[in-house]
Amino acid sequence: MEKLILRRVDRDNEEMVLNFGPQHPSTHGVINFIVETDGEVLKKAVPDVGYLHRSIEKIGEIVGYPGFMPYTDRVDYVAAMFANEGYAIAVERLLKLEVPPRAQWLRAVSCELCRIASHLVSVGTMTMDIGAFTPMVHGLRERETINDLIEELCGARLTYNYHRIGGVAFDMPGGWRDRVLKFLDHFDPFLVEFDRLISFNQLYVKRLANVATIPAALAIDYGLVGPNLRGSGVDWDLRRDLPYGAYPHFKFSIPVGRGWYGTPGDSYDRYYVRCLEMAESSKIVRQALESMPEGEITAKVPRNIKPEAGEALGRVESARGELAYYVVSDGTNKAYRVRARTGSFTAMGIIEDISRGLMIADLVALIASLDVVAPEIDR
Amino acid sequence: MTTNEIHERLRARFGDVVGPLSEPKIDPFCVVKRDAIVEVCRFLKTEPGIELDFLEDETAVDWPKRNVIEVVYHLLSYTIRHGFKLKVEADRAAPSVPTVEGVWKTANWFEREIYDLFGVDFPGHPDLRRIMLPDDWVGHPLRKDYQEAGGWHGISNVRENPLVELKRLDDLKRAEKAAAAPPAPPAAPAAPPAAKA
Amino acid sequence: MTANPVTPYARKTSPRWVVLVTLAVGLVLPLALFGGVLVLSPLTKPAMVAAFVQEVLGHDPATWPYTTLLTGAFIAVLALVLLTFGAVVSGTTVWWEMRVSSRMQSRIGYNRVGAGGFFQWIADAVKLLFKEDLIPAESDHLLFRAAPYFVFTGFALVFVALPFGESLIAADLNVGIFYLTSVTALVVVGILLAGWSSNSKWALFGGMRSAAQVISYEIPAGIAVMVPVLMAGTLSMQGIIRAQGAWPWQWFAFTNPFATVAFVIFFVAQLAEGNRTPFDLPEADSELVAGYLSEYSSFRFALYFLVEFGNLWVMSAISATLFLGGWQVPFVGPEVYAAARGAGTLPALGWWGLQVLSMAVFVAKTLLVLNLVVWIRWTLPRIRVDQMMTLCWKYLVPFAFVSFVATLLWLILVAQAPVVGPATGIALTVVAALLAVLFARQTRANISAVGDRVDLSNW
Repeated sequence: MEKLILRRVDRDNEEMVLNFGPQHPSTHGVINFIVETDGEVLKKAVPDVGYLHRSIEKIGEIVGYPGFMPYTDRVDYVAAMFANEGYAIAVERLLKLEVPPRAQWLRAVSCELCRIASHLVSVGTMTMDIGAFTPMVHGLRERETINDLIEELCGARLTYNYHRIGGVAFDMPGGWRDRVLKFLDHFDPFLVEFDRLISFNQLYVKRLANVATIPAALAIDYGLVGPNLRGSGVDWDLRRDLPYGAYPHFKFSIPVGRGWYGTPGDSYDRYYVRCLEMAESSKIVRQALESMPEGEITAKVPRNIKPEAGEALGRVESARGELAYYVVSDGTNKAYRVRARTGSFTAMGIIEDISRGLMIADLVALIASLDVVAPEIDR
Repeated sequence: MTTNEIHERLRARFGDVVGPLSEPKIDPFCVVKRDAIVEVCRFLKTEPGIELDFLEDETAVDWPKRNVIEVVYHLLSYTIRHGFKLKVEADRAAPSVPTVEGVWKTANWFEREIYDLFGVDFPGHPDLRRIMLPDDWVGHPLRKDYQEAGGWHGISNVRENPLVELKRLDDLKRAEKAAAAPPAPPAAPAAPPAAKA
Repeated sequence: MTANPVTPYARKTSPRWVVLVTLAVGLVLPLALFGGVLVLSPLTKPAMVAAFVQEVLGHDPATWPYTTLLTGAFIAVLALVLLTFGAVVSGTTVWWEMRVSSRMQSRIGYNRVGAGGFFQWIADAVKLLFKEDLIPAESDHLLFRAAPYFVFTGFALVFVALPFGESLIAADLNVGIFYLTSVTALVVVGILLAGWSSNSKWALFGGMRSAAQVISYEIPAGIAVMVPVLMAGTLSMQGIIRAQGAWPWQWFAFTNPFATVAFVIFFVAQLAEGNRTPFDLPEADSELVAGYLSEYSSFRFALYFLVEFGNLWVMSAISATLFLGGWQVPFVGPEVYAAARGAGTLPALGWWGLQVLSMAVFVAKTLLVLNLVVWIRWTLPRIRVDQMMTLCWKYLVPFAFVSFVATLLWLILVAQAPVVGPATGIALTVVAALLAVLFARQTRANISAVGDRVDLSNW
């Protein structure tokens, strides 16, 4: 395998060609990079993905519309609610189905809690890659509570299978709303403490500022989405610009990178945008819990889902950016084609061009700041 | 701009290479002739008022009944907040679509994935090789007529149903035990008949 | 921060007998080792051996045939005690570091093997001994096997010159600190050999980085060490300590503002020499798996870790000796030791008591600095290779030179006006105390800003 890829890597006598992965404490999942280095400085880092390819898209053609929902969890198991929601939205568009308001609010609550959990993992593993061990453990401690809360809601801690075509599967258990609010009261000052611990630490800032700057035009051209795009200065968020679900009813701001410690679009911006987004998600959850309407949690959906022939694209603003499901139906009860467009896939595409001249430590910072997860890349 | 308006502008500029807008199935699209796709894409990206600068998704759908592989482009504009959807139909026997990597760099990896999983060739692509599957894989899995090869480098991907296999192993073990056990003792001891007699 | 309020997790406490066994071993083991050091270190000097033979055994030392044998036996036992001390102190440092880090990270930490996980390091060492000892086929077998021994030798030789108490030093070399600096440089040979002989690219990276780091930081460390040497006028460890006093305003770190700078530089340089975060690039496990240690397994791996954690003790001890007054006990000057020694050839009991006191002070100061090193590790992130080199050559070395030259001028000033010494000492001590108070208050404010409270019952 390496020999075939080495065709693209020009060898000189003093350069080392190394495999950075696929088993590695730092790459986020099973990803391999073939790096060609001259001492510490990289000449080229060629990503080599596919170690986690599970042919989910082919499975979508076999299991039928409702049966595919658990598989969507595995498309991005760190932020699984969004994967569920995207698929549900695509199929609901095909069926021309109206989702009841309580279900939309519940979707928003569960998704924003999941966004906080996913960002905690992302930000925590990033700090650990940079060498600070403590912030990650603090972040995971908070994530434990979110996992417990979501377990009360839907029974699972990681791959939720909570959203259904037409709504959600379960309603809030008794007392859940108060527990969530109590957690948020504990979580908001935690973010302040977290920032004080690591975000403004000069050692950390010096590792990330001005490293792997991606200017806005390049980010759009390479198809970056989500916090990566916003970190580069592009003010775009699906929740505000192409709103869906219950988001038009909530007030929240969109953090955009502006070069807090370096140039806009460097690794620190991408990191800090995620920190700020956690605070915004907390606000959304509070507003949603406060204004939750009564009613059904799922629309009337036939048992055997057979949409008429057509195609639909369902997009959500996932923790990693835009997650879009393109579902093609041919009138039978099995989908003709299901396609998941993920943010991490295109983020990998930019690494080869951005990583020229970085050091190995900076490559680690770049991969961590792009928040790539292997299941999203390979599906 | 609505989808209709963008389609009107396209038709006005390119004429017949741009097909009609599909009837409003949920997401309307129009089919573009293969040779004009790069021009059309460049127009859609750079024309002021349209400015579809984000290639949201580029994927393929296999239609063996119609004998085409469709390459689908979803486009979005960050500045004007509208989107559009294009399709190119490639002949299934030798599918080949000019690359739009020169228009949006993100198409680089999308087209590699389509090549890997569907077998569509993209002339002009700087680095067309497989991305998910190993480089020496045979076949294109997402095609509807894909048959698995039964293994790769000696690793089989065919496995018996575990229930069947375990039952077979149990039967084997039972047969071995029966063969290895000592022969059954004689049916009746000789003592009672002797005592009777 | 304590556990979150929604789902607090229950603590499990160890059964009573486990606590008792832990306390027993935890008290007896250090006491035995320290006692061994206490009793044997003075006894290796020829005069003391002669006194021992005379008083205790009742022979005439000059004619008794076994005098030299006894001296040799004492030295051998002391060497064994010091080696064991090194190993045990590594293990105990591991325990302390894991305990502190788990509390900082809101985790429970080790709590199974012994009360508070005190014997976990023994379990880990035994486990490592039982692992398979792999030597990569394409590595350089001789160097691969030899590398850990270089590192261990460099570590073990340090204990010869560490001043545990007023007369408790295995060998009071008159080039004490110079000897220590040169012997700790053996460690870098071991690391480089390990990285190179593993025949693995990642190990080579780690080895090269480490060699660059340790060799670079020897320079500011060495220059910073010259400052207390200048102030004391001798390279001998005991001499440097005797030139200081027992009170904080008599320590070298506070009498001379440039020595404070030198202390900071020395501390940072020792962190780099010991491969501690923020300078743990050679073992950056998120980048290089385990760096130069990637191919090592079983006991050789254990040796490296033993040396790394034991180095914490060494670097803390040297810092305490050079800058914090070593074993000097308040109110006990050299005349008190001489008076307590008594008239006989073997010292009186009071003298031994004072030795114990001085050893306690030394251990306390060392533990204080060690705690600081551990604290820093779990708070700060790692710096990059080029930033580390920039820090060393562009900042630490010039500052070290400046403080060296300024100390020369300072000594001339003090020779002219002797009152300057104690005056700056008291001023700097007051400043340090003020900073400590401010730090404590800010910490308290930070804790209550998050809605938490200081809770020591969670230990």
